[in-house]
Amino acid sequence: MLQIQNLYKEFDGIKAVDGLSFTVEDNSIVALVGPNGSGKTTVFNIISGFLKANKGRIIFDGNDIISLNPFKIARLGIGRTFQNIRLFPQISVLDNVLLGLKYETGHRFSSALFQTKRMKKEEADNIKKAEELLKFVGLAEKRDALAENLSHGQRKLLELARILALEPKIFLLDEPIAGLFPETKRTMFSLIKKLKASGKTISFIEHDLHSVMDIADKIIVLDHGKKIAEGTPEEIKQNKEVLKAYIGKDTL
Amino acid sequence: MEYLIHILIISGIYIILTLSLNLIVGYAGLAALGHIAFACVGAYTSSLLALNLGVSPWIGLIIGAIFASVLGAIVSFPSLRLKGDYLAIATFGLGVIVYSIAKNWVGLTRGPMGLPGIPAFKIFGYEINNVWAYLVLVLIFVVITYVVIRNITKSPFGRILTAVREDEIATEAMGKNVNKYKLIVFVVGAFFAGIAGSLYAHYITFIDPSSFTMMESIAVLLMVVFGGMASLGGSFIGASVLVIFPELLRFLGMPSSVAAPLRQMIYGLLLVILMIWRPQGLMGKYKFK
Repeated sequence: MLQIQNLYKEFDGIKAVDGLSFTVEDNSIVALVGPNGSGKTTVFNIISGFLKANKGRIIFDGNDIISLNPFKIARLGIGRTFQNIRLFPQISVLDNVLLGLKYETGHRFSSALFQTKRMKKEEADNIKKAEELLKFVGLAEKRDALAENLSHGQRKLLELARILALEPKIFLLDEPIAGLFPETKRTMFSLIKKLKASGKTISFIEHDLHSVMDIADKIIVLDHGKKIAEGTPEEIKQNKEVLKAYIGKDTL
Repeated sequence: MEYLIHILIISGIYIILTLSLNLIVGYAGLAALGHIAFACVGAYTSSLLALNLGVSPWIGLIIGAIFASVLGAIVSFPSLRLKGDYLAIATFGLGVIVYSIAKNWVGLTRGPMGLPGIPAFKIFGYEINNVWAYLVLVLIFVVITYVVIRNITKSPFGRILTAVREDEIATEAMGKNVNKYKLIVFVVGAFFAGIAGSLYAHYITFIDPSSFTMMESIAVLLMVVFGGMASLGGSFIGASVLVIFPELLRFLGMPSSVAAPLRQMIYGLLLVILMIWRPQGLMGKYKFK
């Protein structure tokens, strides 16, 4: 589904991503793990087109997408969330989800100008879809609240609902469980598992190795922009390199 | 009575300017400071066409609006790269350029001498030169502007504009081409500002660069903020109040040497109080961050 090949990215001489290659298989959950500054978010930013790599290829569904604009990459079916949560704060929760949904013609300038019947029908259908998605993540009662008035956990869930609305083929979730209460964390993980069960592919970033053990099919451990280990949770647990990178922090 | 109608006509022209700027600033969140430049292009285009080539003001109005749109498209390019304060400075600069051209290209615009004797609109051979008729004409354009901008904003398209305002990166991540929306917003906003400029020129029948200074751009921006960002009702109120209120102070019966500066001070004080008491404007939904 997604292949990262020999990716390099430098910031003012600092190698943020240093010759990274990995593959995200169809219908799997791949966790990108590593200490702070190991280049995880940079990799996501490059895949989604917000950063340009110095070198390397990103093959998605057989096409190299490395030179495309972010909005084109999103349209091809790569949906992402952000580490610091990027919602549309001063508009409603429902509108946030509607912005992820696809319109055939209703989003066009001409549809707006002439207030076409088709636009109104599409809008009504999409509102129903958006309400279902809000129900799915458990935010149905918050429908009309402004996004900025949600709690941290609710904002994470809303960001997930919005990315679900986009119906991407692969979900790139940047620290989906960071800063969540244990209960919301469980909700988030069960939603991710449900996504996989429905045939989706997920890759997510997390810096805590423990938390990803029971959910990931494959774990990729990064350190200073390099891949130091790749494998199933069982294999990672026994990997000496990983223990070294995390030394003094975790004993697995 | 004529004076009162005159004030209403001027209010109407400012309402068109405020509505169109609200689309750019209030909905799409693009801090544009050169709005009067579009009106300037509209006013000069239709005036010069009428004076030099005898083109009907109706056609001049449309051509002027299209020229203003072209300038809007040009202005939208810096907005693709610049944000917030930087965009405000860049659009301010473009406003200054347009003003300077109007002032210094004497061969075309007659510079500071201005263009006198601009012909009025004609309908079935009759000139629209009494204030009542002109008020009706301006109101028709106010309604057209309002309906178009309301339709644009009350739609999935308009929702994307607010998304651009809220977070451009997240908008791109939703598969929306942010640059396209910025371009459309500037083109539409400039179109209506061009119409407003043309309506002004054919009403006053004289224009010179002093009608299109940067202070005018700032005044229109104040009307948007005063009435409320992303509120069309607010734009009606903002433009009307800020046009009519200074006129009311004329009637306080003070010597003009006191009244004129006092008017400016009360005007300024009003804005300061409003920003403290209600930073989103009278009817606005959106606050500056």
